[in-house]
Amino acid sequence: MIEGLLLGLGTAFSITNILMVVGGCLIGTFIGMLPGLGPMSIIAIMIPIAITIGDPSAALILLAGVYYGAIFGGSTSSILINAPGVASTVATSFDGYPMARQGKAGKALTVAAIASFCGGTIGAILLMIFAPALASVALLFHSAEYFALMVVGLSAIAAFAGTGQVGKALLMTLLGLIMATVGEGALFNLPRFTMGIMDLQSGFGFITLAMAMFALPEALYLVLDPARSNSGKANEEIKDLRITRAEARAIAPVVGRQSIQGFLIGVLPGAGATIASFLGYAVERNIASKEDQAQFGKGSVKGLAAPESANNAACTGSFVPLLTLGIPGSGTTAILLGALIALNVSPGPRLMIDQPEIFWSVIISMYVGNVILLVLNLPLIPYIAKVLTIPRNYLIPFILFFTLMGAYIGQNNATELLILVGFGICATVLRFANYPLAPLLIGFILGRMLEDNFSRSMQLYDGLRFVLERPMTMGLLALAVLLVALPSYRARRARLRSQGIASGD
Amino acid sequence: MALDRWIALIVLLICLAYGYTAFFTMDEGLPPFMRRSPIWPSTFPKVLSVLTGITALLIVIGVEKSDGSIRDGGINYRRLGDYKIGQAAGLLALMVAYALLLRPMGFLLSTSGFLFLSATVLGERKWIRLLVISALASGFVWYLVQVVLGIFLRPLPYILT
Repeated sequence: MIEGLLLGLGTAFSITNILMVVGGCLIGTFIGMLPGLGPMSIIAIMIPIAITIGDPSAALILLAGVYYGAIFGGSTSSILINAPGVASTVATSFDGYPMARQGKAGKALTVAAIASFCGGTIGAILLMIFAPALASVALLFHSAEYFALMVVGLSAIAAFAGTGQVGKALLMTLLGLIMATVGEGALFNLPRFTMGIMDLQSGFGFITLAMAMFALPEALYLVLDPARSNSGKANEEIKDLRITRAEARAIAPVVGRQSIQGFLIGVLPGAGATIASFLGYAVERNIASKEDQAQFGKGSVKGLAAPESANNAACTGSFVPLLTLGIPGSGTTAILLGALIALNVSPGPRLMIDQPEIFWSVIISMYVGNVILLVLNLPLIPYIAKVLTIPRNYLIPFILFFTLMGAYIGQNNATELLILVGFGICATVLRFANYPLAPLLIGFILGRMLEDNFSRSMQLYDGLRFVLERPMTMGLLALAVLLVALPSYRARRARLRSQGIASGD
Repeated sequence: MALDRWIALIVLLICLAYGYTAFFTMDEGLPPFMRRSPIWPSTFPKVLSVLTGITALLIVIGVEKSDGSIRDGGINYRRLGDYKIGQAAGLLALMVAYALLLRPMGFLLSTSGFLFLSATVLGERKWIRLLVISALASGFVWYLVQVVLGIFLRPLPYILT
């Protein structure tokens, strides 16, 4: 590990890479604050830039910096104007916004920044410990196990979707997998499902799809419902960033607990930062003393620190499956995976052996990024927050333009823009009906790998025998079935019981 | 029938067409040596079409009922008329126009046009400020993409170059 750390230090502390972290964090904070552009859209927009850099370590450092910068920016807009730019900072607004209303915006931002810093740093330490261990286990995996593992990952994403949503999430995942089969497959070199359209020969562009699934619907929501943007409200002065010793003592155990819990939730595929932050908030409220409990929702520092440390730790945690197994657990890491593939890096257990400098420099850059968010961004926040005063009439055209540019630069093809608009409309309609969109994108990105591993195991074992002959594959596949079946079964039973029908057992 | 079940029905129809292709028409041109392989290009799509069909059907017949509530400040699609649907449609039309005109009109003209018109659709009426901002922004982005990133973007209309 020491060897790896030194290698990472050597790579991460080059001038370019430090610039990448600083730039990434600043850009992320800046854009993450805007309503309508979450981390997924920002990273998708940044991918063409990252690819032009050429060096995979630098590119991943930049994108990771953008990622946690965006989460930080999202909490800032949650606290200042109660308009979370990012789903995972919704819980931050529960106590952060009341604090800002009481004139303690500066203090709330400091608590959020410190909690994020600790969450991110503890997460990075845990990542450093867990990832190599998991990778060495993963080296024993065959393509059959990989196939099964991806199926487990995809089912877990559906299973975590929530009550009444499992079927919808599953359908979206499958639709993503279907979309991945369009174009030439890696194993066969035959065009499939292109309907004779030349532009579909190489399949759908994943940046286009990412933009269409996230950036465009969010922008259209802003257009449809002007109340969402809330911009132009943050005119209050942000002052007095200091916190007292007593407050620091109050949040210390919260931050410690939530960093570890958040990290573990982040590692699970499909759970991610949003669930981690809500769960962190709920857990801390339940275990708090009576008088503290009454404060929750009215501007409690504990209630602010809990989701902030949890969501940052979860972001770091979501890098574990990405870097060790090459399987993304969230929409954002799915986009990062797409970027890595575009840079000719295949994340997975061999990454630590073949290109250890990428892995370790990303970890080191996480520490650097967290420090930068704390010492550079926090004092700058009053100035960066000015971005919130951009009027809607200017903000929305630029969001749409950046969405178009992101899709265009990646492929240099104007047809891609028409596909973007078409899919964007479909995605907006899907959002109207509460269909989750992240599973579709994850399914799309994993689709090709899933099929390749499936085909390879079919060829090696001359048919489906690989399921029976490899107990681990069978176990994983059984787990996948259980993951999907259990929540829908329990939801159904709960519904029947609420209708007064006996459940039978 | 609620919107989510209509969507599932549409997905089911797409899936039927997809499955038909996978099961019946795709393998016609397959060379004989590939027919001996345990896996065909159509194998994975076949599996997918069956699974998707079942899932979509389950949603259509309503096995798993969703509560139908609007989440996280979402939009109630049953009252779309209450929202700024005209603005949204106008912006989408502008995006399509931008896609079609980007090549022939060149980047600078089409981008400043897009920014100017979409802000106008949203209700901006300070024309001069808007014009200056759109022109400056498109010039800046062009410089960034073409010179800094080195990705070619035709700046001027087709006829001028």
